Amino acid sequence: MDAPVLSRPASREGALSPKTLTHLQRLEAESIHIFREVVAECENPVMLYSIGKDSAVMLRLAMKAFYPSKPPFPLLHVDTTWKFRAMYEMRERMARETGMELLVHKNPEAVERGINPFDHGSLHTDMWKTEGLKQAIDKWGFDAAFGGGRRDEEKSRAKERILSFRSAQHRWDPKLQRPELWRLYNTRKGPGENFRAFPISNWTELDIWQYIYLEDIPIVPLYFAAERPVVERDGNLIMVDDDRMRLRPGEVPMMKSIRFRTQGCYPLTGAIESTANTLPAIIQEMLLATTSERQGRVIDHDQSASMEKKKQEGYF
Amino acid sequence: MAPQLETPKYEMKASDLIAEDIEAYLHAHQHKSLLRFLTCGSVDDGKSTLIGRLLYDSKMIFEDQLAALEADSRKVGTQGGEIDFALLVDGLAAEREQGITIDVAYRFFSTDKRKFIVADTPGHEQYTRNMVTGASTADAAIILIDARKGVLTQTRRHSYLVSLLGIRHVVLAINKMDLVDWSQEVFDTIVGEYRDFADQIGIKDFTAIPMSALRGDNITEPSDKSPWYAGPPLMRWLEDAPVEDDLQAGPFRMPVQWVNRPDLDFRGFSGQVSSGVVRPGDRVKALPSGRESTVARIVTFTGDLPEAVAGQSVTITLKDEIDVSRGDVLAAAASPPEVSDQFEATIVWFDDEPLLPGRPYLLKAGARTVQAQVAEPKYKVNVNTLEHLAATRLELNEIGVCNLALSAPIAFDAYTENKDLGGFILIDRISNRTVGAGMLHFALRRAQNIHWQATDVHKAARAASKRQRPRVVWFTGLSGAGKSTIANLVEKRLHAEGRHTYLLDGDNVRHGLNRDLGFTEEDRVENIRRVGEVAKLMADAGLIVLTAFISPFRAERRMVREMMPEGEFVEVFVDTPLAEAETRDVKGLYAKARAGELKNFTGIDSPYEAPEQPEIRIDTTTMSPEQAAEAIFTWLER
Repeated sequence: MDAPVLSRPASREGALSPKTLTHLQRLEAESIHIFREVVAECENPVMLYSIGKDSAVMLRLAMKAFYPSKPPFPLLHVDTTWKFRAMYEMRERMARETGMELLVHKNPEAVERGINPFDHGSLHTDMWKTEGLKQAIDKWGFDAAFGGGRRDEEKSRAKERILSFRSAQHRWDPKLQRPELWRLYNTRKGPGENFRAFPISNWTELDIWQYIYLEDIPIVPLYFAAERPVVERDGNLIMVDDDRMRLRPGEVPMMKSIRFRTQGCYPLTGAIESTANTLPAIIQEMLLATTSERQGRVIDHDQSASMEKKKQEGYF
Repeated sequence: MAPQLETPKYEMKASDLIAEDIEAYLHAHQHKSLLRFLTCGSVDDGKSTLIGRLLYDSKMIFEDQLAALEADSRKVGTQGGEIDFALLVDGLAAEREQGITIDVAYRFFSTDKRKFIVADTPGHEQYTRNMVTGASTADAAIILIDARKGVLTQTRRHSYLVSLLGIRHVVLAINKMDLVDWSQEVFDTIVGEYRDFADQIGIKDFTAIPMSALRGDNITEPSDKSPWYAGPPLMRWLEDAPVEDDLQAGPFRMPVQWVNRPDLDFRGFSGQVSSGVVRPGDRVKALPSGRESTVARIVTFTGDLPEAVAGQSVTITLKDEIDVSRGDVLAAAASPPEVSDQFEATIVWFDDEPLLPGRPYLLKAGARTVQAQVAEPKYKVNVNTLEHLAATRLELNEIGVCNLALSAPIAFDAYTENKDLGGFILIDRISNRTVGAGMLHFALRRAQNIHWQATDVHKAARAASKRQRPRVVWFTGLSGAGKSTIANLVEKRLHAEGRHTYLLDGDNVRHGLNRDLGFTEEDRVENIRRVGEVAKLMADAGLIVLTAFISPFRAERRMVREMMPEGEFVEVFVDTPLAEAETRDVKGLYAKARAGELKNFTGIDSPYEAPEQPEIRIDTTTMSPEQAAEAIFTWLER
């Protein structure tokens, strides 16, 4: 788990064996192409770094795209202050090891008002993430932001472009999205407009895991099963990650062997009971699973097209 | 119409392996290749059902998604409350509510041998744009036919687009065979009819498969309902279709995306190999410059490579310090691509605003963006009948063959040889929308044969002898705004100061140079292009040129601006509200336009796009023509 990022991984056999490119080689090449294209044509790009497995893969791809140069853009973490502690540790470690600049933005209004997942419901996501991201993009004047969205994640994402345009007010409008042909991306935009670029659009969850395995990419330990303190709440297993966790009457944290399929704000992220503590075991569990990965995210449950609404409002 | 939701058989082998030996499974999965394919057909053909079936049979639908699907099917399904696979391949809420899909959706599934990316392009109004977009990245295409209906107009349309985009691996999926009692005769008749048509449009080879997507026949396993069919079921065909097989055989090409310079000692050229193979020691040529060098290293994060093949993203260093920048192409020195700035191409138009001949657009091909003007189409193609029709412009979803002139030469191959070097998009310079796409055929010979003649007495010398700075003072505004009046006063004032001037007036030019032009959008664009060229020659002669044209479109004013050196073009916006101009109506034109006797009149039934940042703005409601002229004169002489 502690493989330094910059060392050339002792790649398992066949990592790059030309002639017939494997699906991962083709996906990797496409992602690198997208990274380079956006960097070459934009003035002030940034990579949204959310510390999860998709970000981990994106970061590796960015390192590859510009090697031997460092990726010519900073990492941006739009923080909610409620992430798992292990995520903050991973964030600092990756910034250190890649030598990339790490920008952290916390919505000052949310800080001031003490917005939290216990008292504020969906306002928590709106203010920290949606508003926070807009503020950060405006504050640093970014014109392009790399994100880890994948088309296989959710129905409305199947039609998302590689480049997703936002108005100067950060609105996403399906009518303004551009057709993308061949490998040609139209990055032109008006003043104040910006776009999100999704270099791993065509990767599936399995591709991500396979690549992490193949490339020995460091990921947050929470993906691996371990004994952790949890409470059961509304059908979800919520980890008691620090003493800000408000226990309801009758709730007593108990130790369970759990892991997380996605990373987020700890009070909002459901764990699964598991003993999978190696990458192959995780992948095995995922392949045999019968529910999609987003199910662990509490915000998606309201309606089937809710991600799309979030996207229109500017949530990543 | 309930689909049979029995347990998928296909993934069983893999599931066993996953459970028993995950490492072995991962090893197998790691070596899978990738096939991208396109499905063409409408909902009626069972296209969505087919995609849903492929996803379901390869176990790509999770329980929670299935539950959501069942709920959605009850709410908005078209299968009478039964599972509606169409909903699986439907996306955005707004579209769903309207019952239309206007886009390309990408789906993913994999089998033991391959990973697949399906481009799903709904067949509604935007079919051409969507299909062309989906087809541009596809290795293979499935053309769906309803066995009861046979080869339809839309089959021809889909096949033409598949052929146009150069997809070489084609399946003719003759679906709903269960509804024609699995009749071999019906199947053979359809195949025969399609073969004749395929020959016409250049689809050399295709595989016809009888199937029922709904029932799952000939999808993953050969069906016992078609004992007369000896070919592969669809999934096996998809697993065996060759991928990018011919790309590596071509000559080496790599558009340079980014120059990699971490420090003074390293200078690499990053890009994705478009065709062929490259190795250290190979002679390569940089284009369009034509300079040659030798490949020193192929650098990647995981170490230097002994060779790179089509599809790989790499960084190449050269032995010699030759000038290479983004947009150039590195190519095999022995068989380089051509370089030209004039082409014939097929263009597909995507935008609500039509393609106007003469209007400058941006053209992006590979990593290179240049300005491009499209000549009047030679013809457009009726995608339903494949007839060639005369055209003066291309409207949304129309396809035409046109000549193009670029502002700078680019390296290219014919699209049929290399999609990266022959495919391009067109971008509107004002809205920044991607308005079209095209496929280069060949370079026009005249491009190689006409060169700008350098003259010994040059512009600076001519201007110096007149002791003035050449200018193009461009008056724009509504008819009746006062452009000619003010321009005339400015010229008198300049003349009195001993300046050498010439006034090009809209009406006067239309008596001679532009006598052949009318007032359609196309003609207005051409009118301004010619005036711009004349003004440029006059400025080259050292003159101060004044022009008085309505010149309603930003794009053309910008085009003329960009023909001149920085600072030479002075845009004067004669700003008069429409109501005011109409009240003045010196020539009686507004009255005629209002009466419907004059078509395409600016401000009435043709738009005027006001300048956003003119050098000078004259508000005629607060300034007299004399004051305006004095202000402009002062600005010019400052």
